[in-house]
Amino acid sequence: MTDLLRAKELTKHFVTRGPLGARTEFTAVDRVSFEVGLGETLAVVGESGSGKSTTARMAAKLMDPSEGTLEFDGADVTHAKGPELARFRANVQVVFQDPFSSLNPRHTVERILMAPLVYQGIAPNGSRRAHAKELMERVGLNPDHSLRYPGQFSGGQAQRIGIARALAVNPKLVICDEAVSALDVSVQAQVIELLRRLQRESGFSYIFIAHDLAVVRQIAHRVAVMSKGRIVELGPVEQVFDDPQDEYTRTLLAAIPRINPEWDRRRRELQ
Amino acid sequence: MSELLIVEDLTVTFPTTRGPVDVVKGVSFTVGRDDTVGIVGESGSGKSMTSLAIMGLLPRGARTSGSIRLDGAELLGAADRDLRRLRGDRMSMIFQDPLSSLNPYYPVGLQIEEVYRAHRGRSRRAAREVAIAALEQVGLPDAGRRADHYPHQFSGGQRQRIMIAMALVCSPALLIADEPTTALDVTVQAQILRLLADLRRQSGTGMIFITHDLAVISSIATRVLVMRRGEQVEYGTAEQVFAEPRHDYTRMLLESIPRIDDPTNDGVSA
Amino acid sequence: MMARYLAGRLAGMVLILFLVCLFTFLIFFTLSPDPAVLICGKTCTPDRIDQIRGVLGLDQPFLTQFFGFLGGIFAGRDYGQGANLVHCAAPCLGYSFQTNQSVWDMVVERLPVSATLAIGAAVLWLLFGIAAGLLSAVKEGTWWDRAGMGLALGGSSIPNYVLALALQYVLVVQLQVLPFPQAVAFGDDPVLWFESYLMPWIVLAAGYACLYARLTRANVIDTLAENFMRTARAKGLSPVLTMRRHALRPALTPITTIFGMDFAALLGGALITEKVFGLNGVGKMAADSIAKNDQPVIMAVTLLAAFFVVVGNLVVDLVYTALDPRVRITAK
Repeated sequence: MTDLLRAKELTKHFVTRGPLGARTEFTAVDRVSFEVGLGETLAVVGESGSGKSTTARMAAKLMDPSEGTLEFDGADVTHAKGPELARFRANVQVVFQDPFSSLNPRHTVERILMAPLVYQGIAPNGSRRAHAKELMERVGLNPDHSLRYPGQFSGGQAQRIGIARALAVNPKLVICDEAVSALDVSVQAQVIELLRRLQRESGFSYIFIAHDLAVVRQIAHRVAVMSKGRIVELGPVEQVFDDPQDEYTRTLLAAIPRINPEWDRRRRELQ
Repeated sequence: MSELLIVEDLTVTFPTTRGPVDVVKGVSFTVGRDDTVGIVGESGSGKSMTSLAIMGLLPRGARTSGSIRLDGAELLGAADRDLRRLRGDRMSMIFQDPLSSLNPYYPVGLQIEEVYRAHRGRSRRAAREVAIAALEQVGLPDAGRRADHYPHQFSGGQRQRIMIAMALVCSPALLIADEPTTALDVTVQAQILRLLADLRRQSGTGMIFITHDLAVISSIATRVLVMRRGEQVEYGTAEQVFAEPRHDYTRMLLESIPRIDDPTNDGVSA
Repeated sequence: MMARYLAGRLAGMVLILFLVCLFTFLIFFTLSPDPAVLICGKTCTPDRIDQIRGVLGLDQPFLTQFFGFLGGIFAGRDYGQGANLVHCAAPCLGYSFQTNQSVWDMVVERLPVSATLAIGAAVLWLLFGIAAGLLSAVKEGTWWDRAGMGLALGGSSIPNYVLALALQYVLVVQLQVLPFPQAVAFGDDPVLWFESYLMPWIVLAAGYACLYARLTRANVIDTLAENFMRTARAKGLSPVLTMRRHALRPALTPITTIFGMDFAALLGGALITEKVFGLNGVGKMAADSIAKNDQPVIMAVTLLAAFFVVVGNLVVDLVYTALDPRVRITAK
């Protein structure tokens, strides 16, 4: 499998200034290396402060690493600027946690969905409206609602708009930063299914950032477990979940609340 | 087992520009002494409004009907003075976000002391001793010194421990926990759930545990109330609700939960 | 930690004051008409102008003049030579071109007037502004709230001089409950002193009171909506304790910052109020000196205002650090 994205020793130091000018430096991400293959989903999991979101932002080039390199499609994009960066942006899209704050409330869905094409200077297939409607259909939204505003949709529907916007430029990599964390469990299940279907149809890769290991198990091919800025374990999903090598991964897995398996079994037998 | 709290046909109505809206519609359940009732539902199900109605903390303008009896005394329509005497003493509550639920301007010890003093009217020194003991009880190390620290100087899990100490300082008969672990990391959540279960067992406090997370409920509740859009969908023992759900909505919720141990049956049809 | 912070802040303050000095000096050096001509008056010979220039050092290059001025503040300086020599002791801000008075003496004489005005007004606007804001916040949405805030909005849009003239007309001319303001020392006649300052205090305080009422109201309403207020109610605290302990401090702490800055700015002189009531404060001195292009006095009032603002800034930061535990220095 060829690697689409390759992160080598990515490191991010933050310097914070206290209210009275006290300078403290801390390392949010410490020499993190990973690859994402074509059509693959790499999940990055960790608790708050583990550095997973900072890693995602560096992979999306929304933030420059302090040290380390980032390669995309075989080219070093660590310091990409201008047209090189534009090409990267056309290939790598991000879906954020809170759909409402990442969608302009004063723009129609059609305008939101076409914005990435306008920025990238790409002509849509056919008319703008037709393309927007097609995207809405792909993510399971009613295409007749293309002239509505984000506020007129539910949380799950708004997240579908966020996903459709990411797909508008036909990206090779979609980075989901806690994209299903804020959703109710029934809606969450539907959005996970949507993300998996879209990958089957279009063959792009995901970097899936999440704190919920159960969600990660549903979608990831490989999992990187982060703690205190470092990857403590990285491997195929079955191995990480069924035969975790690292102590922290084991603690994390043991902490997840489960429904009494006996009750679960009886419920299934009834159906 | 005599019942501690009896909620009957509780309805909560809010006036809106488009007329009155019922956010809780005819909910009935009971909490026994030494019992944990889980209320589970998705956003907008009315589970938090139910708990605020019990505490008498509904936002201005809310109207209620039905009955809420604590130890036989009717709470709905009771004078605010009388409710105030019960809050923090006979019934107390912890919330989802412990950081914003604590006043950032005062040391945590003082915030615990003032509950005790409000209800027991004791000296500052006596209250402080009780507060430090409460902090020790929830497993905060070095409680005597830490009592003088401010909320921002603690981790998320420690803050929730402080909230629990504050809620239990007067040994209430009823503790309402509204999504107490939702904002916490999963390893911290496990610790807090264990702490709540242990303390509840030791003190014989009745508990209402509100959450959107069915797996959390199954680990802590003896009885479960499932709510949806203000309505009571299902109410029964935890075993009955999880093993033999009667309602389609409960079944759908249970099937939607992503399973850590069994990826083949994840509720997501492949 | 604290010492290092303070040292850094003090160095910053000195730098800012130096720059204010430099730019003010530069502006007057390049833009204003020749002071020697102004001093000399209408009938003046070129020799006389040259002589004045020599005495004031106006024939020197810019930097020499600038550092001469700075040196005068810290070490004193001499003007002229030989028999004409005048020594100006530190802190020397030069002499007024208009009256030949020592500018430092003028400042020392007028500062108490501006300070009295500022302190009295501050007491009034804090008292009434915060009380009105609290009342409005607690009774949010009621008739009380709307009337109070309508008044505050209207009040803050009335210019000072209009209010001053209206008050004088009503209280002094029509009702005759107050005498016309007079320059009288507190020790000579405390009652007349108080009566003389009352109107200027009210006029100066009015705009601020309206502003502070709106600020207080907004802050209290925001605080009442905080989660910790819900906790306080859930704890069964009395409404008085809930309000006094849990709501007031978070709501009023940000106001101390704004107050510090407003008050510091006023110590540099309340131009319009002083002028309207004929109070001999720093503000009136500034207005008069600008009108007459009295360069040493303008320099002095500019520096004085900058000094108060910079010191006020530091005091506000230190006070805020003491009031809000979240920004307190944690190092022991």
